[in-house]
Amino acid sequence: MMLRQRHLLGLEGYPAEDIQTIIDTAFKFREVLDRPIKKVPSLQGVTIVNLFFENSTRTRISFELAQKRLSADTVNFSVSSSSLKKGESFKDTAQNIEAMKIDAVVMRHPTPGAPKHLTEFIDSVVINAGDGTHEHPTQAILDMMSLHEKFGKLKGLKIGILGDIAHSRVALSNIYGLLIMGAEVTLCGPPNLIPPFIKDLGVNVNTNVDEVIEWADALNVLRIQRERMGLGLIPSIREYRAMFGITQERLDHHKKEIVIMHPGPMNRGVEIDGTVADGDQAIILNQVLNGVASRMAILYLLCGGKSSEEDES
Amino acid sequence: MRIEKIAKNLILKNGTIIDPHHGKTISGDVWVQDGKIAAVGDVVAPKDAETIDCSGKVITHGFCDVHVHFREPGREDKETLQTGSRSAMAGGFTRVCVMPNTNPPLDTPESINFIREKAEECPIHIHPIGAVTKSQDGNDLTEMGLMHKEGAVAFSDDGLPIQDGAMMRIALEYATLMDIPVINHAEDKCLRAEGVMHEGIVSNHLGLPGNPDLAESAMVHRDLELAEFTGARLHVPHVSSGKAVSHIREMKAKNKKVTAEVTPHHLFFNDEALTSFNTNLKVAPPIRTESDRKALIEAVKDGTIDCIATDHAPHTIEDKETTFDLASFGMIGLESCFGVVNKVLVGDEGLALKDILGMLTSKPRGIMGFDPNLFAAGKEAEITVLDPDLEWTFGKEHVHSRSINSPYYGEKLKGKIELTISRGQIAIQ
Repeated sequence: MMLRQRHLLGLEGYPAEDIQTIIDTAFKFREVLDRPIKKVPSLQGVTIVNLFFENSTRTRISFELAQKRLSADTVNFSVSSSSLKKGESFKDTAQNIEAMKIDAVVMRHPTPGAPKHLTEFIDSVVINAGDGTHEHPTQAILDMMSLHEKFGKLKGLKIGILGDIAHSRVALSNIYGLLIMGAEVTLCGPPNLIPPFIKDLGVNVNTNVDEVIEWADALNVLRIQRERMGLGLIPSIREYRAMFGITQERLDHHKKEIVIMHPGPMNRGVEIDGTVADGDQAIILNQVLNGVASRMAILYLLCGGKSSEEDES
Repeated sequence: MRIEKIAKNLILKNGTIIDPHHGKTISGDVWVQDGKIAAVGDVVAPKDAETIDCSGKVITHGFCDVHVHFREPGREDKETLQTGSRSAMAGGFTRVCVMPNTNPPLDTPESINFIREKAEECPIHIHPIGAVTKSQDGNDLTEMGLMHKEGAVAFSDDGLPIQDGAMMRIALEYATLMDIPVINHAEDKCLRAEGVMHEGIVSNHLGLPGNPDLAESAMVHRDLELAEFTGARLHVPHVSSGKAVSHIREMKAKNKKVTAEVTPHHLFFNDEALTSFNTNLKVAPPIRTESDRKALIEAVKDGTIDCIATDHAPHTIEDKETTFDLASFGMIGLESCFGVVNKVLVGDEGLALKDILGMLTSKPRGIMGFDPNLFAAGKEAEITVLDPDLEWTFGKEHVHSRSINSPYYGEKLKGKIELTISRGQIAIQ
């Protein structure tokens, strides 16, 4: 095993060397993805279950592709087809799946801490694909890989994270990961969507998006979830756009080199303008490609058990 | 009262000039040229200047009221921006902030813009306060950012307390974006219940349903804690109880972002006045006991209360000429304001006139972010000339509001407004 921890539950307290190992390995798999035949036998005979208790399209597809590129056997389990609706407990579901002899579980769950609970019930490797408003470590890894690709380093980078910080697992995992890797982080968004105690993690908070744009090397623009509207948290789309939207006009006004990221799916015309998302400053589609490479690296390092050198061919 | 255009060059001569912003008294004259301050003190004015003799009078900044209801749009039969402006000028006010409980309420950038555009035609400066929640329903945050861009100077659901503590928290957090005050009419709706006057021995005597002081103090306390937690600016309107004063005093010692206002009527009356069943004394929050009134005066003296605000609330005769339970809450207050507070605070309590003028001018301007340094050369002339010692009896002839719901008729007041200069016009009593 190449990594110190058996599971990937979150980036809080994750060793910097291991994050670097994942990123380095991911770049090697990126090369595989650029080949005509995008498949290696690294995880042949390894069985992975994608256990999704919450809807997901891109994360699940990204994981599935990563597994297929590594020649693993995969099974998808989603809540709509599960026994949970018939009253089976979380523990029973997990133990029943494991009884069928599997090696790893990739889980998304709406409740923070669910992947941790899963490790208490089963012996397989557990990879967190998002647990509620807690962590989404593979997203943060792919974001850091994309930043590394762009800047050649992470240490010393100034990264702004913009949007609904309070309800974002992407934000929290990025904060943990980026701080561990020596980057500076400034959070921006409506003050009622930035938790008051989050500064204690070691980040800056600045609710003035124009000041953050001036400061940052890259800005990670989070999706504004429409379900937050109407709860009194965000007054309206036009208000959000006026106060925090990454519009073409706003970026033009700053005349500044800044890298624009977005974890997707985007609300064009709300948190980001279509022209910005499609423009030269955006690396959004790179993030998607790096997502497959990052997940290949994570699966390989956690389930492969061989060093990357041995398997390079 | 007549309002006319001021002369190109106007000299206010022989008065005592009080500059509340700098807290000093200046000897000399005030020269206004083209509606702007040309000089204050030693004045060498052109020969053709029009001169007004202000002997025995005080020349000071135009008053600013951060809490009025001008009822436009929706209840133009009670007041309009124009009639409210006349009422304000009669009371020495050159600048007011209008509350958003109109119909429809001022809860969108478009409605804020409506007030700003209409205010352009008025002889005083009128600033809209935007609603905190859409339809003032306490549930859904308004577009505060866009409203601020259109000219909202503060946010309030005035008249309608924000009962939900989580909503108040969200509103305060969001308002930190603009760093302008949130004003919450602090009365716990459940504790207030059907109360129509202060709950005490007098309400017992009269058999009227009481509204306890802790309906106010409990919510004020909550708001003060939320303000400290969020770092937002909180302005407490129309403080009426000794209990609320204590909470504000304690919190202001550690939080400089809290401000508070008191109305003239809470300083002038106590609940015994309600034995007349005069519906013009039915206000929210209610007029409370003599001990509450004394606590408010103490709060003015020690700075716990920052400013005077009238809560000028015009109602039709029909709204008030009815039984006490059915009468609307509120009284007009702009015309009587100075005579009332000057009588109570300077006449009875011995406070300095310049301090009271500060609570009507530079202090409220500071809360709302208006320039308080009005007597500098080049500033637009906002000037009030008053006779601080004149004793007079308030009557209907002194009211210029469209409504007449005042409880002061027949009351002897001290100190009277003589002239008000605002936006190139002069109101002469």
